[in-house]
Amino acid sequence: MDKKEKILIKGLFKIFGEKPAVALKMLRQGSSKEEILAETGMTIGVQDADFCIYEGEIFVVMGLSGSGKSTLVRMLNRLIEPTAGNIFLDGEDIASMSSEAIKNVRRKKISMVFQSFALMPHLTVIENAAFGLEMTGIKKIEREALALAALEQVGLEKWAFSMPDELSGGMKQRVGLARALAVNPDVLLMDEAFSALDPLIRAEMQDELIKLQKKNKRTIVFISHDLDEAMRIGDRIAIMEGGRIVQVGTPEDILQNPADDYVRAFFRGVDPTLILTAKDIALKNQVTIKLRPGNGPRTALQRLIQHERDYIYIIDENEIFKGVLQRDELIEMADAGMKEIHETHLKPAASAFGSDSMQEVLPLLIDNPYPIPVTDNDGTYLGTVSKNLFLRTMHKGGQA
Amino acid sequence: MSFFDFEERVIPLNDWVQDGVDWLVEYHRDFFQMIKFPVEQSLNGVSWVLTHTHPLVFIFVLAVLAWRFSGKKTAVFTILTMFLIGLLGFWEEAMITVSMIICSVLFCAIAGIPLGILAGRSDRFEVFIRPFLDAMQTTPAFVYLVPVVMLFSIGTVSGVLATIVFALPPIIRLTSLGIRQVHPELVEAAVAFGATPLQVLRRVQIPLAMPSIMAGLNQTIMMSLSMVVIAALIGAGGLGMPVFMGLNTLDIGLATIGGLSIVLIAMVFDRITQGMGKNRR
Repeated sequence: MDKKEKILIKGLFKIFGEKPAVALKMLRQGSSKEEILAETGMTIGVQDADFCIYEGEIFVVMGLSGSGKSTLVRMLNRLIEPTAGNIFLDGEDIASMSSEAIKNVRRKKISMVFQSFALMPHLTVIENAAFGLEMTGIKKIEREALALAALEQVGLEKWAFSMPDELSGGMKQRVGLARALAVNPDVLLMDEAFSALDPLIRAEMQDELIKLQKKNKRTIVFISHDLDEAMRIGDRIAIMEGGRIVQVGTPEDILQNPADDYVRAFFRGVDPTLILTAKDIALKNQVTIKLRPGNGPRTALQRLIQHERDYIYIIDENEIFKGVLQRDELIEMADAGMKEIHETHLKPAASAFGSDSMQEVLPLLIDNPYPIPVTDNDGTYLGTVSKNLFLRTMHKGGQA
Repeated sequence: MSFFDFEERVIPLNDWVQDGVDWLVEYHRDFFQMIKFPVEQSLNGVSWVLTHTHPLVFIFVLAVLAWRFSGKKTAVFTILTMFLIGLLGFWEEAMITVSMIICSVLFCAIAGIPLGILAGRSDRFEVFIRPFLDAMQTTPAFVYLVPVVMLFSIGTVSGVLATIVFALPPIIRLTSLGIRQVHPELVEAAVAFGATPLQVLRRVQIPLAMPSIMAGLNQTIMMSLSMVVIAALIGAGGLGMPVFMGLNTLDIGLATIGGLSIVLIAMVFDRITQGMGKNRR
């Protein structure tokens, strides 16, 4: 799959304080954040961020409070001025844009949803939703039509003429979302957008966002401190600590290969069976045999004994999984004088698809004595998941 | 001889001020006449209209305003109050006072709201302007009455100018406060949607600061009314006059009904303008 880079961030720094240039020089010479704070009183907001965000993905920036994630996202639309570095949006450097140019980017290309909703209390719901369009100078009739369409997308068209303080928290944030969608932006910045909502509403909003995203592929940069949320909605996740980007990757990548103890600590307590799929953990450590003339029960038995295994996995010439045979079955077949293993001898065997989550593999493991074979969607054999492997993965993901 | 003696080392600030005012009077009279001109014109206009309006028409209009902004109770109160003032024999004086209040509040709003907005948006300007506001509010009126008379001569216009000096600070302070109280997140959100500073001001800061600005206007009106008697000292007409005369001739009755009329007008204006502040959504 070829992905287009939507936002490319290069060597991005934010230093809060009197003389950022001094702190920047110290940083580049290898001083730590703490040393700079002690010596100059300046704080490092974001330190040398370097990553890209692909078009159409939900990119979650995750970190504890104070990790710099809000600062990072506010530099994308220059609500906070970067100290150094570049932010390329479709190849144009936001960091060096004139204030006129950045104003237009904010009006047309990047819009934002805020944790505290930030709705204008003196404007009606529809006026709020039309706020971005109003700034652009679009006529009232036109902008209210667009705003109403955006409100329909979030299911609030009936409340168009209410005041924000008549709405519940979840509804307020829907208005916030509608306001951001109304300008039809390429990029949506969501700063802890659902964090102020109670868990049930939050899950509902996450689903809604995913649904909207399916219909209308936008590039979404989502700030969160909540790992479950990040896992649920993120195509890729960046983990931040103390202003640094510690790791960027898909949820699976990060869960399986945490870059350091900080990342690992984040994932402690996360149920890996929800995130990891059968493909992620399957191993090709079982004995297989190709279905072809000359490969009889005796050959198979010999291989099993050689590798001290009890089950043999039968695949065809094209690596398509066909079935499983147990040692005892092979002995019976050999005793019956069969020279060849034939497809018709095989009973249907339980198998899992590579995309199944570990959670879905679990019942198969319980019901069947043999390690569960994992296949591609077209049936290609990918390996097996044994009870042992399953437990080991859970242990590693859960607390390693 | 002592090393340091306050008796001998006195800064002649009083002489400097005297010389300064003399100099201003002598060489810059035109400038002060220029300041006086718009105030004089609007005061003459407003007081001509008010003194030529039939009292019943005025009472009716005021009652409608009271009813629109503040409700039935205030409307009834307004009608009773204005009738009482008329029956006390002070209708003409009351109209002059009301026109003085209208003029001074008008000029206070014209100057004070923009200054308040500036102070609300710039810490530096706020720091700069604060000592002036403190001085304007705390300097006893008697101190600046003399220079005001020297620069603008005596009369009702000078009374209005002295009133403006005293009544300007609250509207500046409360406008600034109102702008500062707008949640920074709302300003940030507006900026995030590409609002220019002027758009932020027009669509977010001013509407949200409106209750505070209206409170400032209300305070300005109250301060103006409290200056009515002092303004009478430099020849301003209106309800201050009977109070002043009453004090001079020890006519306690006259002073009391003059004072009562001022208080009643203050209450009417207070209720109406408070209602204006609350009614905005």
